[in-house]
Amino acid sequence: MSSVPVSAFLALALILFCIGLYGALTKKNTVIVLISIELMLNAVNINLVTFSKYGAAPSITGQVFALFSIAVAAAEVAVGLAILISLYRNRRSVLIDEMTELKN
Amino acid sequence: MENAWLIPLFPLVSFLFLLLFGKKLKEASAFVGILATLASLVYSILVLLERLDGPTHKAEAVWLTIGNLELTAGFEVNQLNALMLVIVSLVSFLVHTYSKGYMHGDERIPVFYAYLGLFTFAMLGLVLSPNLLQTYIFWELVGVGSFLLIGFYFYKESAKAAAKKAFIMTRIGDVGLFIGMILLFWQTGSFEYDEIFAAVEEGAISGTMITVTAILIFIGAVGKSGQFPLHTWLPDAMEGPTPVSALIHAATMVAAGVYLVASLFPLFNASETAMLTVAIVGAFTAIFAATIGLVQTDIKRVLAYSTVSQLGYMMLALGSAGYVAGVFHLMTHAFFKALLFLAAGSVIHAVHTQDIEKMGGLWKKLSFTGPLFLIGTLSISGVPLFSGFFSKDEILIAAWAHGNYVLFWLAVIAAFFTAFYMFRLFFMVFTGEARSEMKNVHESPSTMTMPMVVLAVLAIIAGYVNTPWFGTFLGDWLVEGNEALGHSHIEGPGWIMIVATLVSLLGIWLAWMMYSKKSLSRNWLSNRAPIAYNIVKNKYYMDEIYEQSIVFGVKAVSLFLRFIELFVVEGLVKLTTATVQGLGKAGAKIQNGQMQTYGTIAFVGLAVLIVIYAVTGGYL
Repeated sequence: MSSVPVSAFLALALILFCIGLYGALTKKNTVIVLISIELMLNAVNINLVTFSKYGAAPSITGQVFALFSIAVAAAEVAVGLAILISLYRNRRSVLIDEMTELKN
Repeated sequence: MENAWLIPLFPLVSFLFLLLFGKKLKEASAFVGILATLASLVYSILVLLERLDGPTHKAEAVWLTIGNLELTAGFEVNQLNALMLVIVSLVSFLVHTYSKGYMHGDERIPVFYAYLGLFTFAMLGLVLSPNLLQTYIFWELVGVGSFLLIGFYFYKESAKAAAKKAFIMTRIGDVGLFIGMILLFWQTGSFEYDEIFAAVEEGAISGTMITVTAILIFIGAVGKSGQFPLHTWLPDAMEGPTPVSALIHAATMVAAGVYLVASLFPLFNASETAMLTVAIVGAFTAIFAATIGLVQTDIKRVLAYSTVSQLGYMMLALGSAGYVAGVFHLMTHAFFKALLFLAAGSVIHAVHTQDIEKMGGLWKKLSFTGPLFLIGTLSISGVPLFSGFFSKDEILIAAWAHGNYVLFWLAVIAAFFTAFYMFRLFFMVFTGEARSEMKNVHESPSTMTMPMVVLAVLAIIAGYVNTPWFGTFLGDWLVEGNEALGHSHIEGPGWIMIVATLVSLLGIWLAWMMYSKKSLSRNWLSNRAPIAYNIVKNKYYMDEIYEQSIVFGVKAVSLFLRFIELFVVEGLVKLTTATVQGLGKAGAKIQNGQMQTYGTIAFVGLAVLIVIYAVTGGYL
């Protein structure tokens, strides 16, 4: 088991986070953006679990925290999708660059 | 005499009153001004009568205390001041009265009378000043009054330019006066005339310093009195209304320079060089301006150059130690020149032109103005028994007695020119045939003729207060109790009087031959020496010379400074604003409402912060 080094987990988390970030900042479709945000959250979760197992002071807290994070993410997606649906009903579009209400 | 300080206040009150209520009073404003100056006149005469056998009165109060130094303000009534008070308030009163008729129908009469009030206040304040600082303040106020009145018809470009020119030219002289005043203060620690004279007498000031300060102060007088080379503003100042020319540019303000030199006479007298400078400038101006006056065709300009020339005479008198002669001529000149200007105004009022080429044959039509003008002309030409004869004679004697023989002959030639151009003016305006069609030529109303009558009487009799025949009352009185002012009467050879008379009669005869009898062609000289004629006709190209040299230099410097202003000073300012504006525009562009842009910026910002943290924390 211990043959997999810590850096491999961290590298995975880093790659996941970067993909998520890239998607969140560049994709036009809001659904994809939401999915990308989920990717970033999951990258964070991997980090939490990794440090709870191999960190300087291993403890179960990290895993509990990861579970919390997953639950919160689920709630956030629910809210986000709800907003998205209502936006779509109003605007007939899910393209993020058409939503410039912040400007006004 | 204790309340002489009230005299300048009457016109000041009139000025303030007309500023506040002038719009409502309209033409009735004239009465306010006339009443105020009448009060000043009455009071001035009372003061003069009291001063005739009373002592000099001087009252001062501390105005400013700076360290150990006390600056005072007050008034002084000595002989010269008392005489000037009467001259100024009398001419001012007459001009106020005259203006009522002359300015009739003008919409801005209240403004006109307000300005006249301001000027009269300043001039009266000037002659009452007991110290140089106060003199300087009123000196500048007089300049302001003159500026406002010359520019009264400000909608005329030429009037505007003339007002500016007058102000700037006199300012150039004022700088000299200011420097001289400060130097005197530095040397004596006081602005008071008395203390300065005491210091001069004790020898507390070095001879060089006396010369320097006297000449600097004389520069101020040159500016105000229109002496060469600062004379060019005075003829242009004729753009103002004619009564103003009579008051300011004939009788009072331009005499302020002469008055200044006269009141500082002990200072000038202590320096041979300064005296010689004054005399030379005076004599040169006298003949210089007289030659220009020979060929002018504008009635007021002839009189203006004649004024410049006569002021030169006064300076010559003062520079030749003829204190009495200078002041005497100042007085007689004030009367006959004011008369001439008012009469000229009356002519202009009747024919609506100032060009003497277009006039002629007005003697019958203006049966009142004509003889009055003739009296003024006779007086200024130095015809015996008129006032100008006595005062001019005194000046010539003073110049001769002081040993300025060259200057004496210059003055004699100038007297010849004076008689010639004055009678040229008279013959061209009043005799012969009308040279252009003139409609509705009518005599002026009595408000205009009465002041002229008063001045005409004075122009005849004013000379008899100081004659070699009946006694030199004025001279005795002026120098009484003050030896520094020189003798009350200077004895000169008797032939001078005969020469002066002959010269002026010769001038009159020549003018008569040329312009009345026409037995001598008027173009005789201009055809034979066209170059000289052109030079004189163009006033020796003085304006052009100034334009090409001083004005050009100033313009070049100002252009250079403008470029510095444009590219260096403004460049810096523009750079600053451009930076701020650019930053703002970039910031505004980022704030486009796009979620993803905000996200990117937040992320980049966070990354930068982390890198900075890592570097400074020593993790990298």
